[in-house]
Amino acid sequence: MSESGTVSVDEVRRVAELASLELTVEEETRMLRDLNAILGHVAQLNELNTSAVLPMAQVSELIDNSQTPTVLRADETRPSLDHEVVMACAPETDGTFFKVPKVIER
Amino acid sequence: MTVETAEKKPLSIGDIRNSIESGERKASAIAEASFEKIEARDPQIHAYLSTNRERALEQASRIDDLVAKGKPLPVLAGVPVGIKDVLTIEGLRATAGSKILEGYRAPYTATAVQKLEAAGAVVLGKLNCDEFAMGSSNENSAYGPVHNPHALDRVPGGSSGGSAAAVAAGMAVATLGTDTGGSIRQPASFCGVVGVLPTYGRVSRYGLIAFASSLDRVGPFTANVRDAATVLGVIAGHDPQDATSSPLPITDYTAELDKGVAGLRLGVPSEYFAEGLDPEVRAAVERSIDQLRAAGASIQPISLPHTRYAVPTYYVVATAEASANLARFDGVRYGFRAKDAGTLSAMYRRSRDLGFGAEVKRRIMLGTYVLSAGYYDAYYKKAQQVRRLLAEDFLKVFTEVDAILTPTAPTPAFKLGEKVDDPVSMYLADIYTVTASLAGICGLSVPCGKSSEGLPIGLQILGKYFDEAMILRVAQTVEALQS
Repeated sequence: MSESGTVSVDEVRRVAELASLELTVEEETRMLRDLNAILGHVAQLNELNTSAVLPMAQVSELIDNSQTPTVLRADETRPSLDHEVVMACAPETDGTFFKVPKVIER
Repeated sequence: MTVETAEKKPLSIGDIRNSIESGERKASAIAEASFEKIEARDPQIHAYLSTNRERALEQASRIDDLVAKGKPLPVLAGVPVGIKDVLTIEGLRATAGSKILEGYRAPYTATAVQKLEAAGAVVLGKLNCDEFAMGSSNENSAYGPVHNPHALDRVPGGSSGGSAAAVAAGMAVATLGTDTGGSIRQPASFCGVVGVLPTYGRVSRYGLIAFASSLDRVGPFTANVRDAATVLGVIAGHDPQDATSSPLPITDYTAELDKGVAGLRLGVPSEYFAEGLDPEVRAAVERSIDQLRAAGASIQPISLPHTRYAVPTYYVVATAEASANLARFDGVRYGFRAKDAGTLSAMYRRSRDLGFGAEVKRRIMLGTYVLSAGYYDAYYKKAQQVRRLLAEDFLKVFTEVDAILTPTAPTPAFKLGEKVDDPVSMYLADIYTVTASLAGICGLSVPCGKSSEGLPIGLQILGKYFDEAMILRVAQTVEALQS
């Protein structure tokens, strides 16, 4: 990671597309400023030599060391949420399926 | 319940339960009084996003029925509680402080809430918070900020600002909040209440709208330490619905509260008393440390050398996870959908653009960036490596001390609007809290004094994995020495 302003407007647009966000021109400008400010702060991490350090995605390995090993739950069917209740949360549904704008044109 | 202000001593869980048991008060009368309090005070504070009077009074009358029949009362009988609006309750709204969930009604109840209700608590309503719990001031709520009950022009802290303010203003006896980088401890400090971050895995997160899954935790806010221990005892424990919840048995968190601190080794890390610490906060925290020494604790200087890297590490890890978690908000299965989008991808983009606020978009963008091709190793992997170093700092120190004492936040509550245009300065409000979040250890904030302007100051106590009993015991001593 470089120390100076690293993100360009093109990259902001590319990342917005990856994140399924549609940014206005004003939002783009502000995002560019904020991302560069934050990444400038993050660049401090480069001061540390971590070549011999294993990445740690989450803490369970530290916590569970001396305790009960992680176990999977029994593979049994259990009741799930009521279909009707769940579908009622959807913005558009026919009661069985979620409805979305047409994906494939023919 | 008599009318209390932020300054007067509010009723404790024990007071409430005893007075209901003896017939002195009715649970329904306590619930009614709570709603009166909310009606009187909340227009200025805005802690509640929704209340559910009918449902609460029904719960309260069930408690009154138990009393009438002479049956034993559960531990939280008739205790009025509020729930941060990122936790679901079946049939009720759950906005997560976001427009994208406006109108959503949850089809199931979070385990922590279900446990409170099973213990007899009366749920008054859902509490305001930063959108998707992303913020340190509660100013990122799509429904407007919460005002600090101690000074209405100040923030309550965030992201669980409503949960802290409701307890501080006597609008609930206990509340649930969530803490991903400090969102329980920092608002507890700003509002002058007790807030507990349980060990990662101690409290189920089933029914919590996820922000950063390797960091998110659920914990209580109360006006005093004993109540916090009581509520923690109710919500803690294994939950088959949450694979990250620990099977380790829970302890009685109230049993050792009054054992004092004589003989305990308490570490004070120099890195938490460096540049940027407000002099009044420093004075209050140091006074508290002196009192603990006088009470028999052995105060030991320690070092947590990677502390200064915690905020940048946190903002890479948390945003990366958030960008993945928040991908589920796409206008298909629940929540807001933008109208008239011609294609599926336009519908996704427009729904998210109109539904999410500025800070949420900023974090999704940052998280997507650090995970994207070409940057993953430089940012996300790097942050995961530093996260290990930060956790190892604590593991090492905890072979020498029983608990760690620090300020909870570098300053008392700041003014509304003061930091909204400067994300980095806002993120630095979490400088003392993100470390424990990344390491997974437990912590809490307990009031330890006030600034010259009368603003509360919090002492943070950090403990070993699953050693909540220890930090609560130290906190109980801190609290006792205050009065």
